[in-house]
Amino acid sequence: MWQVFLHAFRRRATVQYPEHVDYLPPRWRGRIVLSRDPDGEERCVACYLCAAACPVDCISLQAAEDRHGRRLPSFFRINFSRCIFCGYCEEACPTDAIQLTPDFEMCEYDRQNLVYEKEDLLISGPGKYHDYNFYRVAGVSIGGKQKGEARREKPPTDPLELMP
Amino acid sequence: MSTPTVRIFVESRPYEVEAGQNLLSACLTLGFDLPYFCWHPALHSVGACRQCAVKQFRNENDAKGRIVMACMTPAADGVRISIDDPEAHAFRAAVIEWLMLNHPHDCPVCDEGGECHLQDMTVMTGHWRRRYRGKKRTFYNQDLGPFVGHEMNRCIQCYRCVRFYRDYAGGGDLAAFSLRSQVFFGRHRSGVLESGFSGNLVEVCPTGVFTDKSLKRHYTRKWDLETAPSVCVHCALGCNTIPGARYGTLRRISNRFNGKVNGYFLCDRGRFGYEFVNSASRLRSPLMRGVGGGPAAPLSDKTALNRLEEIIAGSRGIAGIGSPRASLEANFALRRLAGPDLFFSGLSGQEQALAQKALSVLKAGPARCVSLKEVRESDAVLVLGEDVTNFAPLLDLALRQSVRQKPTRELGGVIPAWDDTAMREATRHQGPLFIVTPAPTRLDGISTSACRAAPDEVARLGFAVASLVDGKAPAPLAVDGEARRLADAIARALEEAERPLVIAGTGLGSEAVMEAAANVAWALSTAGRPAGLCLALPEANSMGAALMEGGPLTQAVAAVESGEADTVVILENNLYRRAVPALVDKLFTARNVIAIDYLDNAMMARAGMVLPAATFAESDGTLVNSEGRAQRFFKVMPPEGGVKESWRWIEAMAVAAGALEKPWGTIGSLIRQMSEEVPALDAAGEAAPGDGFRLHDQKVARQSRGFSGRTAMRADVNVREDRPPGDRDSPLTFSMEGFQDRPPAPLVPRYWSPGWNSVQALNKFQEEVGGPLRGGDPGRRLIEPAPGPPAYFNQPPAPFARRRGLWLLAPLYHIFGSEELSVFSLGVRQLAPASYLALNHADAAGLGVPARGLAELETEAGFLRLPVRLIDSLPDGVCAVPVCLEGLEGAVSRGEYVRLRAAPEE
Repeated sequence: MWQVFLHAFRRRATVQYPEHVDYLPPRWRGRIVLSRDPDGEERCVACYLCAAACPVDCISLQAAEDRHGRRLPSFFRINFSRCIFCGYCEEACPTDAIQLTPDFEMCEYDRQNLVYEKEDLLISGPGKYHDYNFYRVAGVSIGGKQKGEARREKPPTDPLELMP
Repeated sequence: MSTPTVRIFVESRPYEVEAGQNLLSACLTLGFDLPYFCWHPALHSVGACRQCAVKQFRNENDAKGRIVMACMTPAADGVRISIDDPEAHAFRAAVIEWLMLNHPHDCPVCDEGGECHLQDMTVMTGHWRRRYRGKKRTFYNQDLGPFVGHEMNRCIQCYRCVRFYRDYAGGGDLAAFSLRSQVFFGRHRSGVLESGFSGNLVEVCPTGVFTDKSLKRHYTRKWDLETAPSVCVHCALGCNTIPGARYGTLRRISNRFNGKVNGYFLCDRGRFGYEFVNSASRLRSPLMRGVGGGPAAPLSDKTALNRLEEIIAGSRGIAGIGSPRASLEANFALRRLAGPDLFFSGLSGQEQALAQKALSVLKAGPARCVSLKEVRESDAVLVLGEDVTNFAPLLDLALRQSVRQKPTRELGGVIPAWDDTAMREATRHQGPLFIVTPAPTRLDGISTSACRAAPDEVARLGFAVASLVDGKAPAPLAVDGEARRLADAIARALEEAERPLVIAGTGLGSEAVMEAAANVAWALSTAGRPAGLCLALPEANSMGAALMEGGPLTQAVAAVESGEADTVVILENNLYRRAVPALVDKLFTARNVIAIDYLDNAMMARAGMVLPAATFAESDGTLVNSEGRAQRFFKVMPPEGGVKESWRWIEAMAVAAGALEKPWGTIGSLIRQMSEEVPALDAAGEAAPGDGFRLHDQKVARQSRGFSGRTAMRADVNVREDRPPGDRDSPLTFSMEGFQDRPPAPLVPRYWSPGWNSVQALNKFQEEVGGPLRGGDPGRRLIEPAPGPPAYFNQPPAPFARRRGLWLLAPLYHIFGSEELSVFSLGVRQLAPASYLALNHADAAGLGVPARGLAELETEAGFLRLPVRLIDSLPDGVCAVPVCLEGLEGAVSRGEYVRLRAAPEE
């Protein structure tokens, strides 16, 4: 009984949400976003790894390619009514495109409204990872970056050259 | 018939393996995971990649051992090796690290990712961290045409591509260029790959240098594809395929190994011809045309069925017109609806006669109708009249292997069969292959002799060869000079062979050619040389249509005109492609014309009622290939919208007509009834396990374990998830819940094994590497030869004599363009040539047509203007037009004399 009485004078752990919103660290696993690379282009290259990693299979997308050879998803859908916010998609993502954010305020009365399309997911910045740009490292050529112009690449060889 | 075995020791444990192979294939057969790149079960060993290193010990006391390449070391009796030896392991890890030095950092955007042999082998070897910090070498890519993409940076220089393309498939325009660390694989400059087998580079390449461009347009990873075993519908050879679907559309076709049929490879028409399934011309709902024509209005499923019942109930007689591209089941259902007397094969008179001739020839004599495997193993071949490269493409690839048989045999086993480089060096010369056709073929370059002759002359040469082999066979008159010497040479080569083979077919439209081929094969068999006979047929189920025994189109028209039938049901058949329009038009005088098909075509535009049918990808069925092998194909995806399988539409009609007491319900009960009622097809049901088949109480899963997006793919429409579509027709399920291991061979939906994500996982599905699938290769042969002395055909045609002012019309085929369904694919359409008329130089000059001029060909519908292409080796008095290219559908029939004239100036 004494213990109960003492507790009455302890500091409150309960926060009066939503009047007071507590701090959530950047690594907190909440609403999923698709980020852009430092040049402002979509980071997602539609490799399907997030969808494969998803234990509840709530990500579906379709890969497409623009005129310059850059891959991107033609649609990208997350069914948040199934999502368990495990973060496996972020771990699987080879381009740092898909990221979990410290935002959980996404309740809906209608489950259908929890289906997010690419327009709903895509943000305008790089998110948590500021510098990474997949296409600067990868060997494929895209508009504005030709063969041999990625990091640590020699200029392309001439297949008809026979000099030893 | 057990093959000799030897005992080898792996990690000091003894194993019995088949003699005469190398250690790599022996280890893979035994189930060991040993990484490799340059070795391929069909291309054999060259020892280029150094990846399959193992340690070999001299005897049980040798603890030191030495590193050898498993693919270049014979699995001799008593060989002792270790795969797990630390030194061998470190060696393999080092090799893969070297191979990965220049590998670009682009797996996420690589189409091979997820089914990449290089990924698998890297993981298997344990290399996971990049230490190299230098610069990577790079290459420019080439545009290799509409089928194959090129990304050279990913190359690991294993040489498999050129070994397949040049050595195996006989292509000349892909090669290795440059030297040292910058060896480049491609063409001398960008351009379309010339070989009709270029699509196999996608599967042969262990990484993502060569990728499927048609897949890239709607890219899907392997683990996301819904797959089922299927059979190619683009020619009569019946190659086994694995189509993959995603989001309700077909995404790609990959090879399904069948040791008796296609083996490891497909042709480009089969691999890239699938896009008609997704075509915008697909019919998606039933259509009804009002009285007096006009545009057709779509109907709901229920209204359509009600209208069908009304039509059927009000009909005096129903004529059923079957199809050589529809399954046996759909044809049988139609036969059941119409009755045997009013069921017609859907072939024109000429096609019907040819198909029946082919069937009777294969059944009547002692020559066995051979599988493609037996074609590959033949050591002397005579091709009569067929341009196999364009008519039945994979036959071309098989013949390219057959010419190596005789030189290989002559070596007498000095060089092991798997030692590819040595073997090719030692067998530079080709074995006997004789080609007699009206026009040049792509195989001429590897033939012993390629001779041009008019169709009747082709047949006469065949008859002459037969009479030389067996004196009892009738000899044609007046074969002398050059032709006589050639006949002598052919007869000698065939007699000397251990496995002689004669190839002919319906391509030329000549029964005499098939009779001649039969005589040659029968004469050889009588002379104690059991010969094979291979008759190429035009369509996927041509042989099935012949077995179904319906009358030709002319009889159907007669039945309509006599009033015996006032309703016509046309099954998956665009008759305007195979008969003159005037004849087909007569069918539409019937009171009701119901057309069942999947693509909008000329028939649909005229039929009163149009029913949307399911393609091969959305239906189950059995096709009989030109060998007489019944093979089952299964739904890859469920039919959507108003689309139904043809046999289900016909089933509804048959119930309404009283031809069927109660609906079949499942295709299994249809097949059972078919086996009872059509004696020729009694064994067709044995082609695959029935719908009740289960493994551990489970159906086989069409979706892989890694299948993704289940709860999101349809969430944009409705967030509530539907239950997966049921499938009562087959032992497969549209789900990832189900049997995921190795099912019986006819049910294998994909090749995957732990650690083996690429197509190379196939090794785990075979009894021994490169051998038959576990439990035997799928398919059930329906036609076997009749033993005993043959009844020779005894009417050789008279010598070909040109007629004044007339030309004999010979058909030409194009691998891309001559086949009905594949031209709906973007790439195939791009590569299909424009229509033309071929003449030799002298005939064109006599006609007064300049080079690249225009000529006119007389058809029933008037003169048809065509550009002239000069083919100098065409015989005098013979003109040739490509079959069914745009503008030529149904316009011309084969083997007739036609009138030509120079096109008047405009």
